[in-house]
Amino acid sequence: MYDRGKVIAGIIIFLALVTFPFFYKTGKANVQIEPKINTPVIEGLSEKKCVESKEFMRANHMQLLNEWRDAAVRDGQRTYVASDGKSYAISLQNTCMNCHSNKKEFCDTCHSYTGVKPYCWDCHIAPMEAKR
Amino acid sequence: MGALISFIAVIILTLLAYGGVKSANMQAIFGIVLPYAAIMTFLIGVSYRVIKWAKSPVPYRITTTCGQQKTLPWIKQNKIENPSDAMGVTVRMILEVLLFRSLFRNTRSELQDGKLLHGSSKWLWLGGIAFHAAFFTVLFRHLRLFTEPMLLPLHLVETLDGFMQIGAPRLLMSGVVLLGAAMFLLLRRFLIPQVRYISLPADYFPLFLIIGIAVTGIMMRYVTKTDIVSVKELTMGLISLKPKIHQGVGAIFYIHLFLVSVLFAYFPFSKLVHMTGVFLSPTRNLANNGREVRHINPWNYKVKARTYEEYEDEFREKMKSANIPVEKE
Ligand code: HEC
Ligand code: HEC
Ligand code: HEC
Ligand code: HEM
Repeated sequence: MYDRGKVIAGIIIFLALVTFPFFYKTGKANVQIEPKINTPVIEGLSEKKCVESKEFMRANHMQLLNEWRDAAVRDGQRTYVASDGKSYAISLQNTCMNCHSNKKEFCDTCHSYTGVKPYCWDCHIAPMEAKR
Repeated sequence: MGALISFIAVIILTLLAYGGVKSANMQAIFGIVLPYAAIMTFLIGVSYRVIKWAKSPVPYRITTTCGQQKTLPWIKQNKIENPSDAMGVTVRMILEVLLFRSLFRNTRSELQDGKLLHGSSKWLWLGGIAFHAAFFTVLFRHLRLFTEPMLLPLHLVETLDGFMQIGAPRLLMSGVVLLGAAMFLLLRRFLIPQVRYISLPADYFPLFLIIGIAVTGIMMRYVTKTDIVSVKELTMGLISLKPKIHQGVGAIFYIHLFLVSVLFAYFPFSKLVHMTGVFLSPTRNLANNGREVRHINPWNYKVKARTYEEYEDEFREKMKSANIPVEKE
């Protein structure tokens, strides 16, 4: 084989690059993500339910927020009627974050796990939380 | 024809994953077994092909050049287009791999009013580089599903990629560019008669497959949402070799993953290995030093040689008696 050293080095670099996630901190890999819903407001609810069903919220909350934003800012419409007939005031800070006042233990656990950084908090004010 | 076959093949693959997950509950097959099989095929297959290439003899330099070769000291050498040392070759390879420099030199010839005109043609280069850069960016961003804690540059790349802040989840441009460029490369094969004539199913299939992957990925992000936290639990399970299927991951994810698995498994057997092939192209990766360095042809058979000394040793007495002069008395 010509340039044996270079070819073998190339193959090793290729294998290392492709399999790199397998070696990168796999010890902590199987963590369970459980966003906490034990805020005072939620504890006081008679029925512990989000705006929509839990499954829907898990996958679609960003799209719901987008609809809310467009409804409020573009159409001036500030109440949302959920699929179960209840109405909610359209507001990120005063509705979502009123119930989910524990942003760090709720929104951020999921987001840091999946590597998303919503830029909403550049402008919107996150709920006050005791620093941990 | 080739296009139709390839298109149908990708549709069948999609339906296979959809049906398998929806009606036969084969999540473990599509989520665990096939991805592992695909990545193994990919790693072993690509390494095998590289070693096989590297084994072929390179008896002399077949560099393609387009610049002044190294010569007399007062003639200026083009060190990149006609490299004579490792440094020049390295620069040349970097430009080739990252910027597709030789494709940039693409030309087109056509008859106009009975005259043959040659002109530069950059569209293929533009489409190609947009496609590859977007593909790489998308793949790199996907590392967020495979690393915990998150790699540092991932947030930066995602912020840049989504800096237009359209919608939520925000629109990531590289995904759109990937789909657009793949469509452009496909249309090129459809619309230019000469290119269509030489296009085979092996050319159409990877394009349709990648378009399928991009479409399912984009659908998953912006339309038929799925639970990304469960997806990440699944992917992290895969890479820590403790795979587990999570409920709540939609069929769209399994379709995406299955098409990706097919792509990875197909990779070593197809033209896609040009990813590693480019590094082993003798027209690119050799220094043009054909006359400076002696290159020995490896398939020259061993000539059985006999030196004059041996000859003389055998015939010395006979030579002496015939009065032929000898070197050693
Ligand atoms: C009335 C209080 C209330 C409001 C308002 C509310 N939530 Fe919830 N949310 C909850 C409760 C309670 C749960 C847990 C539901 C369950 O376990 O079935 C929850 C669950 C969720 C989940 C899923 C968490 C998980 O563990 O899967 C998300 C995501 C979420 N909410 C986001 C939002 C967003 C975004 C808004 C604003 C649009 C919002 N919530 C408004 C009470 C609320
Ligand atoms: C169950 C886990 C979970 C919880 C809880 C959660 N999110 Fe998310 N969120 C996600 C995931 C996963 C994404 C990324 C989705 C994607 O990439 O398609 C996301 C994305 C978003 C985005 C879009 C980010 C972008 O890139 O534009 C916004 C905005 C957002 N979440 C707001 C919230 C808010 C506000 C809360 C708390 C009230 C919250 N989320 C709670 C999992 C969660
Ligand atoms: C550039 C600053 C800015 C950013 C970034 C921003 N918003 Fe807003 N948002 C505003 C302003 C200003 C309003 C209008 C407030 C009003 O009229 O009550 C608003 C209103 C809203 C509303 C409806 C009204 C309310 O009180 O909540 C929602 C929902 C909303 N934004 C969601 C989001 C989400 C989700 C994100 C992140 C993906 C986001 N915003 C990012 C500035 C911003
Ligand atoms: C050849 C490799 C792949 C390509 C070209 C590809 C392409 C894409 C594209 C274009 C998107 C749209 C969003 C974006 O632009 O990022 C996407 C999303 C996604 N892909 Fe892939 N993908 C590949 C491999 C994978 C693999 C191996 C997995 C997981 C095992 C995966 C899981 C996902 C998920 C979960 C999403 C949705 C992300 C979100 O909602 O934010 N992809 N993909």
